[in-house]
Amino acid sequence: MSNPVVSTHAGHQARSYPSRPEAVYFYGTCLVDMFVPEAGMDAITLLEREGIRVIFPDNQTCCGQPAFTSGFPEEARQVIASQLDLFPGDYPIVVPSGSCGGMIRWHWEKVIGDDAALQARAAAIAARTYEFAEFLLHVVGFSRKDEGPATTVTLHTSCSARREMGTHLVGRELLARLGNVTLAHHDHESECCGFGGTFSLKHPDISTAMVTDKVAALKATGASQLVTADCGCMLNITKRAAKEDLDAGRAKPSLPGEHLATFLLRRTGGKPAGDQQ
Amino acid sequence: MSHQPQQQSSGQPIAFVSAQALRARMHDAVNDPHLRQSFRGAMDFLMAKRAAQFPDQDELDSLRALSEGIRQYSLSKLPDLLEQLEANLTRNGVKVHWAETPDEANAIMLDIARRHSAKLIVKGKSMVSEEIEFNHAMEAAGVGALESDMGEYIVQLAGEKPSHIIMPAIHQTKQQIAKLFAEKIPGVDYTDNVDALIRIGRNVLRDKFESADIGLSGVNFAVAETGTLCLVENEGNGRMCTTVPKVHIAITGIEKIVEKLEHVAPLYSILTRSATGQAVSTYFNMISGPRKAGDKDGPEEVHLVLLDNGRSQAYADEQLRKTLQCIRCGACMNHCPVYTRIGGHAYGTTYPGPIGKIISPHLMGLEQTHLLATASSLCGACGEVCPVKIPIPELLIRLRGEANSAPHANPAMVGQGAAYDPKISFVWRMWARLYARPATYRAFSWLATRFRALTPRKQSGWTAARTPLQPASRRLRDMVKDRR
Repeated sequence: MSNPVVSTHAGHQARSYPSRPEAVYFYGTCLVDMFVPEAGMDAITLLEREGIRVIFPDNQTCCGQPAFTSGFPEEARQVIASQLDLFPGDYPIVVPSGSCGGMIRWHWEKVIGDDAALQARAAAIAARTYEFAEFLLHVVGFSRKDEGPATTVTLHTSCSARREMGTHLVGRELLARLGNVTLAHHDHESECCGFGGTFSLKHPDISTAMVTDKVAALKATGASQLVTADCGCMLNITKRAAKEDLDAGRAKPSLPGEHLATFLLRRTGGKPAGDQQ
Repeated sequence: MSHQPQQQSSGQPIAFVSAQALRARMHDAVNDPHLRQSFRGAMDFLMAKRAAQFPDQDELDSLRALSEGIRQYSLSKLPDLLEQLEANLTRNGVKVHWAETPDEANAIMLDIARRHSAKLIVKGKSMVSEEIEFNHAMEAAGVGALESDMGEYIVQLAGEKPSHIIMPAIHQTKQQIAKLFAEKIPGVDYTDNVDALIRIGRNVLRDKFESADIGLSGVNFAVAETGTLCLVENEGNGRMCTTVPKVHIAITGIEKIVEKLEHVAPLYSILTRSATGQAVSTYFNMISGPRKAGDKDGPEEVHLVLLDNGRSQAYADEQLRKTLQCIRCGACMNHCPVYTRIGGHAYGTTYPGPIGKIISPHLMGLEQTHLLATASSLCGACGEVCPVKIPIPELLIRLRGEANSAPHANPAMVGQGAAYDPKISFVWRMWARLYARPATYRAFSWLATRFRALTPRKQSGWTAARTPLQPASRRLRDMVKDRR
């Protein structure tokens, strides 16, 4: 199969990064909060282990993306407006998801409406919002000894991380810093996994075709597991693979997946939150 | 003509079923392994060809920025440029016609055909002529219209529509074309040798160029300052159509205009590289008027038909206007994971793929087309490759909003509110209440995690192909509180 080299250049200018801060705000996202909390916890543990204080604003809910992309901008606006005062300090805001990070970084200011004061507040938040992996690499300068056994993994980068946050090479670079981990690239790597939020519910035929191809490409690498920095894609891909396993009567997951934060934490001597349960 | 394209038995134009049937068509297309495989292969090929043309990302970035700038500048002056174009074309001896609707455009061209007692119009590739169902309008009036672009010829012979704006017959295998030619062209035996097939087509068409009364073409760029019509093509059939018959009619949308000749060069360069991965096309025609005294060839009469057909609706809105920046390269469809899986016919519109999703609502109204905008994961591949930087995902979101919102007076678009459903709007209002009130959200998420065993196992489209989603036993915020 051919694997065309598609331009993966982000549509936005490369950004400059601040020096390592004393503290950060952590915006966990509603998906992580309710469905994959261990991924968020592991990201927090990684940051705290580096000596960075992590502030988790308790009034955070959702970035508004589901309503925004479904064509309900007013509903998205209300949700965004309720969260503009979550980050009073001047610390960076870290989001363990390219798509929620992209929403805050590029869309909050547009969706918030015509009020210049609100726009300015949304813009100020956007300017200090970072996708977690990007922050870990470029701001923290993550470099820990890989303590795990030799393994081969495959990486999926979400479309928003790739095209909105421009961080498609970040995951690769972080994995490259682990001495015993080999990264196996999959066919059509830059192609969407077919999640797309409500798209997967509204157009199940097409979404299924896309995720089925993605699962096949990931499995074809022979990697022992999937690593990704976006929980939406992760749930889409691993739940599809689990359904294939179920239908084929396989007991062992053929494509286990976890968030990059969980993987990095385990490899570098930390205890992932999910492992402790 | 013995090889006349097949008419539908009813004699009606071949019209696609309405866009409301999109779901059924998508379902069938996605489950057609042959279609899936052939589109995947073809799109991979085109993506690789394009990528090879842009080894230098910085050069691509600056060329895209320049091209976007030229298109936006041209659109910002569109009314003035159209007047200037008309004046300069008229001065060059070209007759300019204005058509607001497809019917008006067809009537204008039929009138020209009748004045010349035309029996056959030979056509170069023109998507606008597809948009207005030109062939059927002519044939209904007893005038033959024959496609001379090889892909369009195949599609016409098969009684189909183009499935791609640049490669109309991309859905056909060479074996299917071989069978088609053997069935439809007298005296032709089955051969799936591609060169032989092209020779067969060319021989048929060569005769027709000589006997045709009128040649029809599209326009890639109309230059206002000089009154020049630029035509990009690879097969030479465009040049034949525009020079051999006594009359040449060009038809184009009102947006295909630039002010100066120097604006064409960057657009031409990025067009061919984005479309087919060619550094230049085989032919580039610049048409500036009919044959002059002493000229050895060229048509005696040249007409330009400028078609609106909903474009001014897009033009009137600052955001939607960006739709009109398009130079019709097709790169968005080549890179689209949805197009790759369902092919062009499933869309049911003249223009398929991402550009089709954003232009068709203006041509056809949102009633028929609102579902198209939802058939996207918003992956952004289209916007990333668009040579003129149309923010396609952003426009898809806008169209979703126009379709969902309650119908109101003075809408920006025909069919605004077409997908309005009070129940769905209510659900989103409740969603906003939940997520805009942190205390309510905390209570909801606490309940959802503590009572996760009650989560339904059937989750509409999700569980058709995936195991169910279930909330975790504890929320992130609970873990954060307990972490020390």
